[in-house]
Amino acid sequence: MQIYLPIAEVSVNGLGLLVIGTMVGLLSGMFGVGGGFILTPLLFFIGIPPAVAVASAANQIAGSSFSAFLAHWQRRTVDFRMGAVLLVGGVLGSASGVQIFEALRQKGQFELVVSLLYVLMLGTIGGLMLMESVRTLRRRNDPNAVLITRRRHTWAHGLPLKMRFRTSNLYVSAIPPFVIGLVVGILAAIMGVGGGFIMVPAMIYLIGMPTKVVVGTSVFQFLFVTGFTAVLHAVQSGSVDVLLALILLLGGVIGAQLGVGLAARLRAEQLRIGLALLVVGVCLKLAADLVIKPAELFSLSGAS
Amino acid sequence: MRRLLALAVLLVLPAAIVSVAVPRAAAQESVVTGVSTDNISLNANFDGSELFVFGAVRRDGPPPTDMGPLDIIITVKGPPRTIKVRRKDRRFGIWANNATLTVRAAPSFYAIASTRAVTALLGDTERLRYGIGMEQAVRRVGGNDSIADITPFTDALVRIRERQGTYAELDDGVTVAEETLFQTRIDMPANLVEGDYAAEFFLVRDHQVISSAATIIRVEKTGIERWLYNLSRNQPLIYGLMSVGLALLAGWLANAAFRFGRR
Repeated sequence: MQIYLPIAEVSVNGLGLLVIGTMVGLLSGMFGVGGGFILTPLLFFIGIPPAVAVASAANQIAGSSFSAFLAHWQRRTVDFRMGAVLLVGGVLGSASGVQIFEALRQKGQFELVVSLLYVLMLGTIGGLMLMESVRTLRRRNDPNAVLITRRRHTWAHGLPLKMRFRTSNLYVSAIPPFVIGLVVGILAAIMGVGGGFIMVPAMIYLIGMPTKVVVGTSVFQFLFVTGFTAVLHAVQSGSVDVLLALILLLGGVIGAQLGVGLAARLRAEQLRIGLALLVVGVCLKLAADLVIKPAELFSLSGAS
Repeated sequence: MRRLLALAVLLVLPAAIVSVAVPRAAAQESVVTGVSTDNISLNANFDGSELFVFGAVRRDGPPPTDMGPLDIIITVKGPPRTIKVRRKDRRFGIWANNATLTVRAAPSFYAIASTRAVTALLGDTERLRYGIGMEQAVRRVGGNDSIADITPFTDALVRIRERQGTYAELDDGVTVAEETLFQTRIDMPANLVEGDYAAEFFLVRDHQVISSAATIIRVEKTGIERWLYNLSRNQPLIYGLMSVGLALLAGWLANAAFRFGRR
């Protein structure tokens, strides 16, 4: 079933799009990751213009984060005070990210920069995950190997501008969460990702936030930052395709349901290796597209 | 699903006709075309539409026998748009956009249909005079910038657009019945630009245009996709807020469904 996407101005297979949404939902159901980092490159592969893919992914993440946020809110695992600090950084990051996005798009270099960023990011994440999975498989019999102790005092605790975060049971400087929020905001605008892969480890290891509140607080921030990003993209470059975002969301809902069920049946190590291989595969495909001589050297773009 | 759209209704209705006859000594032939509706709505929901164009040759007596065969050329040209053509070059082992040519007024759509290859029908001078052919419509639109040889760029523009379906050369696209009635079908892609399309009809004998007619078709797209597109261009803030609002609604519904499912 062909669907014409009004902003992307391409006809795509609606079923294929739904499958991509489902796959990403599956990942979030199985691993608890947002999946934006895999969604956006997959959209490139099916021929969605990169700028539209990134802006629409931000819109889609706003929806999926809202769903996740509601679940965490009901479980009271959201630190709103911490979320607010992250959000201030996130909104600033997103606003500057959208400017960078537009400048690159005007120069015709957006596709190149976003591909390079993805190769770098997916290569790092995929590599780390693969190493981690292999290590876990090897040390499966050693029960102490996987225990990671949360450090209550890191260098981040020595910085000024300290604030008390009751939900997280922390008294820590507001600077590190602000900076983390800022970085994640820029990434949301340029790459169309929520940024959980950076925020979650940073909050745990850098700030020492309890793991159970980290995810809830992160999705609270993603919800606003990606929503803000999508509106800015719509105004600045008109590249948000709402139809694309909604189809992906629909697939995501189905996928998340399946993912939760599937995760219960499969072994965690196998799941992690599967995800790692997927990430590395997407990374290699993106890298190959940059290095191999393209069949068509020329491209067209409308001038605004 | 293809939709047939009858665009040009002929006929021998002398009054309501935009016909510019070029009288020539031997033949009293002229091309006749009218438009049944000057407002065409395409519901371009997925694979585009097909435009059905037809007309007739009006003549006072029987077809001339002392001249070459009758040929018809039909061109349809969409509103011009500025477009950037970029070429990728290899730098540090990576293929990246480098040189850019800005074409100020390339037609957003251009289709040329004829009974035979246009280059065989008309010489350079005639084509230049009437502005017929891809060469005239696109390649000569010229550029700017500091690129010495723009030919590869304009060639690429035509090549890519032909692949996308916005430019087309249909050499055997026009069929003529009884040397009088002619018709063609032109594929319109889904990503069509709205606006005034110029349809031109040329009657050709012996490498000469002996009659021509022109008409304007106003092309509008309908449907939810078009509504969304127009909103995103005219009211981007409202469109952006609506997009995020719909995504949040979908997220809320998903959450509600999850909770309902767990009960």
